Amino acid sequence: MAERSFKKEVQQLRIPAGEEFRGEGILAITKALLQSGVGYVGGYQGSPISHLMDVLADANEILEELGVHFETSASEATAAAMLAASVMYPIRGAVTWKSTVGTNVASDALANLASGGVTGGALVIIGEDYGEGSSIMQERSHAFAMKSQMWLLDPRPNLESIVQSVEDGFELSEASNTPVMLQVRIRSCHVHGRFITKENKRPAFTLAEAMAHPVRDTGRIVLPPASFGHEHEKIEHRWPAAVRFIRERKLNEFFDGDITDVGLILQGGLYNGVIRSLQLLGLADAFGNSRIPMYVMNVTYPVIDDEVVQFCEGKRAVLLLEEGQPDYIEQNLHAILRKAVVATHLSGKDVLPMAGEYTTAAMRNGIEAFLKAQAPMLLVTHPAVDADEMARKGKAATVPLNFHPRIKDLANVVPARPAGFCVGCPERPIFAAMKLVEQDLGAHHVSCDIGCHLFSILPPFNLGATTMGYGLGAASSSAFNVKSGKRAISVMGDGGFWHNGLTSGIANAVFNKHDGVIIIVDNFYSSATGGQDIPSSRADNPRRATQNPIEHAIRGAGVKWLRVIDRTYDVARMRDTLEEALTTPEGGPKVIIAQSECMLNKQRRVKPQIAKAVKAGTRVVKERFGVDPDVCTGDHACIRLSGCPSLSVKDSGDPLKDDPVAHVDSNCVGCGNCGEVAEAAVLCPSFYRADIIHNPTGLDRFMARIRQTVIRFLQTRRATRLARHAL
Amino acid sequence: MNPITLNTDTPIKIAILAMGGQGGGVLADWIVEMAEAAGWWAQTTSVPGVAQRTGATIYYLELLPEAAAHAAGRAPVLAMMPTPGDVDLVVAAELMEAGRAMQRGLVTPQRTTLITSTHRSYAVGEKAALGNGIADPNKVIDAGRDAAKRLMCFDLQAMAEDAGSVISASLFGAIAGAGALPFGREAFEHTIRHGGKGVEASLRAFALGFDAAANAPASPAAMSTARTLPALPERAASPEAQALVDRVRRDFPPAAHDMLGVGLARLIDYQDVDYAAQYLDTCAALHILDRQHGGETADWALTRAAAQRVAVAMSYDDVIRVADLKTRGSRFARVREEVGALDGQLVYTTEYMHPRLEEICGTLPTALGRWLDASKTVGGFLKRRVEKGRRVQTGTLRWFLALYLVAGLRRFRRQLLRHQIETAQQDAWLDRAKRLAASGDYALAVEVLHCRRIVKGYSGTHDRGDKRFASLMQAADQLAGQADGANTLARLREAAMADEAGRALDAQLGELIRLRPTTADVPQTPKTRMTADA
Repeated sequence: MAERSFKKEVQQLRIPAGEEFRGEGILAITKALLQSGVGYVGGYQGSPISHLMDVLADANEILEELGVHFETSASEATAAAMLAASVMYPIRGAVTWKSTVGTNVASDALANLASGGVTGGALVIIGEDYGEGSSIMQERSHAFAMKSQMWLLDPRPNLESIVQSVEDGFELSEASNTPVMLQVRIRSCHVHGRFITKENKRPAFTLAEAMAHPVRDTGRIVLPPASFGHEHEKIEHRWPAAVRFIRERKLNEFFDGDITDVGLILQGGLYNGVIRSLQLLGLADAFGNSRIPMYVMNVTYPVIDDEVVQFCEGKRAVLLLEEGQPDYIEQNLHAILRKAVVATHLSGKDVLPMAGEYTTAAMRNGIEAFLKAQAPMLLVTHPAVDADEMARKGKAATVPLNFHPRIKDLANVVPARPAGFCVGCPERPIFAAMKLVEQDLGAHHVSCDIGCHLFSILPPFNLGATTMGYGLGAASSSAFNVKSGKRAISVMGDGGFWHNGLTSGIANAVFNKHDGVIIIVDNFYSSATGGQDIPSSRADNPRRATQNPIEHAIRGAGVKWLRVIDRTYDVARMRDTLEEALTTPEGGPKVIIAQSECMLNKQRRVKPQIAKAVKAGTRVVKERFGVDPDVCTGDHACIRLSGCPSLSVKDSGDPLKDDPVAHVDSNCVGCGNCGEVAEAAVLCPSFYRADIIHNPTGLDRFMARIRQTVIRFLQTRRATRLARHAL
Repeated sequence: MNPITLNTDTPIKIAILAMGGQGGGVLADWIVEMAEAAGWWAQTTSVPGVAQRTGATIYYLELLPEAAAHAAGRAPVLAMMPTPGDVDLVVAAELMEAGRAMQRGLVTPQRTTLITSTHRSYAVGEKAALGNGIADPNKVIDAGRDAAKRLMCFDLQAMAEDAGSVISASLFGAIAGAGALPFGREAFEHTIRHGGKGVEASLRAFALGFDAAANAPASPAAMSTARTLPALPERAASPEAQALVDRVRRDFPPAAHDMLGVGLARLIDYQDVDYAAQYLDTCAALHILDRQHGGETADWALTRAAAQRVAVAMSYDDVIRVADLKTRGSRFARVREEVGALDGQLVYTTEYMHPRLEEICGTLPTALGRWLDASKTVGGFLKRRVEKGRRVQTGTLRWFLALYLVAGLRRFRRQLLRHQIETAQQDAWLDRAKRLAASGDYALAVEVLHCRRIVKGYSGTHDRGDKRFASLMQAADQLAGQADGANTLARLREAAMADEAGRALDAQLGELIRLRPTTADVPQTPKTRMTADA
């Protein structure tokens, strides 16, 4: 069960042709797939397309009605390989993942797919995780398109263009027998907009038909001599076919302006930002009317030479806006212009940043610099520029205020706030235990993995040295397999484990007799990407086979030393097990599976159940934690071992205590970590757990009456004595 | 070609800064729904990703009347992200997020209305400090006054909680009340109703936010961060206690009265009236020195420091004190309130105790305690048997009575080992302060008293504090007679609380020792050392 439900939203996928759809980018992409008559869809979740997978899962009923097969692939490699169904059969297939990381994983299958070519349209929808909000290394998927010669679409970021791109993508793929990548940026995935719908289409040719009448053609298989032929085929047939299609169907767009001697060339995805930048310079309006002509590359690979030449001819200078590096397109344009002997000056990363996100401000500055050099008359006449000039001379402050000393000073006040473990996260006690082990046995090398557990590298835990990719936690410790006083520790999540960690990490460690410790964090879901089910999920998922224990897989891979901790909150046990793993004389990998359900998912699951039970009058015990402010001395050691968002500080209310005391706020879900840590680390007796009994039984009430009678008597007695001399 | 005429309509630009899980997305969706219902073109974007887990995130909206789009004959092209200097309304769901908005340049004096909740959700760095790491909220408010065209700040989190709702609702109300968007109150409220979830509570929170913003002052006042001391009471409950109060009034300067009153109250509560009297004796001895060495011109810093630090030192946190605090009726009531228990619901608390042999010895008569502490066989045996985590259910008779009895040991406290240890330590500490004060090192003496601040916590935490305190006291002796001694000691005290491992303190102490013998002839270069481990 995923974190966010789209059950309501997916009903929009049914709206009839000709009506207006309003909603989020990912939903529009799903609708576009259905309008294109897609036959099968697969993918692997990960921001920014996690929700696309969730939408597809929630739309399963609609997909089935249309005869569309949807699979939650085990990895991006699986998803890419799934496109093999379009090699021999005229079936449209689409897969999706987070890029570039997912494309890295998928690239073996993609390269094979692109070599042999496709019959049915094959579309790879990549969520380009670049710039603000990204969680991965900053690279471009562009390189993958170039190396395997797949076409890359980068549509303008409005729903109409994105939807059109999906449909165009399939056709382009079929017209050129080449898989097509459709790139959507982070914000485009989540943009709320509108477009006019078309009819959903059933696939023209079904998977069942294909299976009933199998076809094979060795000419499409990547095996010599066919593989040598593929390369020539790409250049001699597929590329020209793609160029023809892109030109004829006008996938790239030309926008006129009244200024004819300069122009802008841009990736489609940057269009809205470029328009805003021009608007800020007084050269465009909010409706896309621009005084400077533009050539918008909705297809960023291949570059259409003739279109570039046509746009540049007669212009003194053009500016290319290309986000990210290396500057593949800029290099390409230089080559095109030189070969065509076009003298137009080409600017690009000389006035724009080579690296980093092209924010509106960055593009505005770049365009301004370009115009200053090439067409200064366009700028000086505009009031916005006058105002800017004035600001520079100190007369008016129309520019942003972040240079103001008071605001500069905020840097000392405003804390960084990276994402971290949620309230009650079951992974927190694992790292608290690791901190305690560190106190006993010293620091160890810790290899991390991708997943929520990677938050261990942040304060307060500060644990972990490297992260080499999803599921590669154990693999990235493999060199540390030599005699040493200390063993290396690797961490891997259940998501990464099933993605590839079982083989790349566990089987590899067994085979190479790796003398290290591997912790597998089993929280029942692929939590970091939004709580999707995975093979070892405990939930009953009618469409998927869940409940396949990690333990079985690990034993099957040959691990001998295995401990399963079925409650990570038991910090003392966690610590002891970890110490045992680090010190046991036994060779080979020491694997600890630490299991507790992701609290975010658990709360979503049990909260309604509990509320229902309380309402029905059933006896329910809710747990919450608290701190006695008069017992707490304000050292905050507990916070340094926990970092739970609901464990905070507040003024002690005691004039004698300068430091704020620990405080558990009302978001506490009663996981028990703070108490367990205080106990295991022998910190202090300030924590308490409060069991709140809703709808107590007769026996509960009877016992409470007896207890309260005695306790209140004694409390009153002592309170009276205290009050006798009180100030 | 003909010149292009540019349309002058521009969208309203709104940025919402929130932390993951605060409902920033709900707020953005509400605004979109309201705008679309009112015939506007609305676009929202966000960068959820992993920021959904407690991290800072930003939602961005642009709104444009559909009529303008019709007039222009084409759909608007709206930006996907805020541009510094080009935002009309910034909404921050937490005070520091307002600071972040300003750092990003999203707030401009010519046009931006900045609405922020003043509540704080402390960052890990602020919470994890060994002392007080909380950032100054007024820095943000001061900057906001400069940066925004209109700044509005209220505790919208508290309003939401009062209404039984969440902050998105009170923020939505504040946006309406501020008149920052061209939609009437009904349009806002209709949107909430249309959502259909927790409508009544949301509307209550909305109304609170609305009223606060509608009646907001032109410029918000500073937030009060001062800690208030209760005034020394006129009357005490008993003649014995009254005598102490009178003695404070008679023998001490008014500047120290309130703190002494707090100290007396603590020590009567902790032990008894005699113990409180003993506290006054100690303070009086220091006050005499204070008077002799210019305390009057120093606002009686030595006396005030003694009033606070001696009270804390004398009410050391022992097993008896913890048992006492845990079993009080007022504590039972406080827990019920804190967890929000309703009538008819039962509440039981479980305490997480981890007694160590030291604590057991400390709670025995001095001789017996020392013997046990030294005994390898019996002590070792006990250590193995006793030292483990115990879950103490204070609401059950067995455990309540056990704790109650331990709390009752307070009448024997003066005879127990822990008291001897504490007293000896206090004596050494106070003697040092007195010696320094008497020899004219007034400021250093005051600092020595304040150094006691780092002795706190239990078990290992307390031991760590003890060790660092001892280092500071040694340093104080070295610093005696030096011109800048007090400031140096204050810096060392800060260093002692800079990190858990004590690296900052070690670095500075090392520096002090290295410099000491040759201070006169070696050029001083230690300027940046104190921040090396920060």
